[in-house]
Amino acid sequence: MASQDASGITIMSMLEIRFHGRGGQGAVTSAELMAQTAIGMGKYAQAFPSFGPERRGAPVTAFLRISDSPIRIREKVYEPNVVVVLDPTVMNVTKVDQGLKPDGLLLINTHQSEEQIRNRYGFTQKISTIDAVKIALEELKVPITNTVMLGAFSKVLGQATLKDVEEPFTHRFGGALAVKNLAAFKRAYEETKGVA
Amino acid sequence: MAKRIGIEVSLAVAEAVKLADTDVIAAYPITPQTHIVEHLSELVADGSLDAAYIPVESEHSAMSSCLGSSAAGARTFTATSSQGLALMNEMIYIAPVLRTPIVLAIANRALSAPINIWNDHSDIMSVRDAGWICLFAENGQESLDLTLISFRVAEDPKVSLPVSLNLDGFTLSHFIEPIEIPDKETVDKFLPPFVPCFKLDIKAPMSLGLLGGPEYYTESRKATDDALLASKTVIKKAFAEFNDVFGRQYNVVESYQAKDAETIVLAMGSISETAMTAVDELRAQGKKVGIVRLRLWRPLPIEEIVEAVGHAKNLAVIDRHLVLGAPYGPVGLEMMSVFYSASQKPNISNFVLGLGGRDVTRDDFKYIFDRAAAQQGQTRYEIVGVLE
Repeated sequence: MASQDASGITIMSMLEIRFHGRGGQGAVTSAELMAQTAIGMGKYAQAFPSFGPERRGAPVTAFLRISDSPIRIREKVYEPNVVVVLDPTVMNVTKVDQGLKPDGLLLINTHQSEEQIRNRYGFTQKISTIDAVKIALEELKVPITNTVMLGAFSKVLGQATLKDVEEPFTHRFGGALAVKNLAAFKRAYEETKGVA
Repeated sequence: MAKRIGIEVSLAVAEAVKLADTDVIAAYPITPQTHIVEHLSELVADGSLDAAYIPVESEHSAMSSCLGSSAAGARTFTATSSQGLALMNEMIYIAPVLRTPIVLAIANRALSAPINIWNDHSDIMSVRDAGWICLFAENGQESLDLTLISFRVAEDPKVSLPVSLNLDGFTLSHFIEPIEIPDKETVDKFLPPFVPCFKLDIKAPMSLGLLGGPEYYTESRKATDDALLASKTVIKKAFAEFNDVFGRQYNVVESYQAKDAETIVLAMGSISETAMTAVDELRAQGKKVGIVRLRLWRPLPIEEIVEAVGHAKNLAVIDRHLVLGAPYGPVGLEMMSVFYSASQKPNISNFVLGLGGRDVTRDDFKYIFDRAAAQQGQTRYEIVGVLE
């Protein structure tokens, strides 16, 4: 059942991911788009927000499961394989590595290095960083990092390619905005560093 | 076969309402139901659904409008949750006796107080006695499929009763998951146009909803109950015909690993999937456990329940609603009454959990399986995980 993915992380047949961001940055959209991408690729997936009153700027959590077989579980993700952090300031107020599997991965939007992050927060799992705000500002002209983070996520975990996200991105964003988001995805996919 | 797409369950329900060629939607938005009627209003606005969308000023008016449009022979849909259903209550009790086949999707949410937008079953339990057929969905595909089945059953001339389709708020309504959206031609094979048994018509005037004095009230209520009880046969037939067309078989009561189970959990709604995974994990440890789910809550499918769980040593009944001042929850009470006169019956216990959106996990079910097998003669419900 277990397999090695592109990052060398051991993944059981189901991958469980938790997204941390702030309201308005697209943590929920990230989970949804990735689920739709995986389903479009013939896999099974589910995405759902940590339901609560949504306020712009407040910490937001979203969950994603991807599997090769039908998913029959609806509890929240308590022991994720991967944690995706869309906003580095969330790490100051939320213990983002809560329950993260020992062989799991933190994928973090930050301009800092893996080493700086590890020293500051004491994470013991693997870390991959990307300066998603920089890419988002250059490609989208707004600091919304969801599609950038999906590019990094897809690269590090080997979950999807640019071709796989074209349809869901076009459906979600439409026209010119979809083109920009695809460009943001592509850049993140190409520029994402390895796993430390 | 239609392709699976990743879609929010609420939108899939709205797509089913569209595929059903619904004539009238009268609705008031309320979380977590809002996405259903929001999407329907878009479908009507962009012309892809030729229906009258009535944006009413309250749920009381929503159900009132539905009564009128259904009585006039229109295929009628609305959706609500929690306080919205509470505000509909007066009209909810009228629809079954008028025999108006309205379909109501309830994205189940806790009733206030304290104010809470999250999932449990207190809303539907507040109207369980009203005479509506009550179906429960476990996942997104079922939510879509049962929407189509609800119209079919409600409008069957032998039934002519309103149907509530219960889908758990957020845990279903806001999940994105793989769902097959059928094509129109296939839906048309299963769901014929609505031909009302009677309708309000200015050319042939008639009255509905007249005074029923002491001479008629009892008989009117009894006739409605008879119709509701008789609907089970039609529901089973609709399930079979749905399977013929779509290849997915539903049953009024469904079992998973229950045949040889010593301890069975009986549940309704989306927590059943998590329970099935808990069963898989416990079975791997050699424990003889299973789960039975009620897809049909009203009319209560008594024979099928007895057949599914009667052989078990222990039966743990799940409730997502607390009946204040009573010894057991609504489902617990009914299972006790179903087995009261049986010579051989399971050791029944009642567990309340998942109130107001508290997460229901595999570990909760593992606790319940152990606890149900370990205790005899429970005299009051137990709340799983309550902080005291």
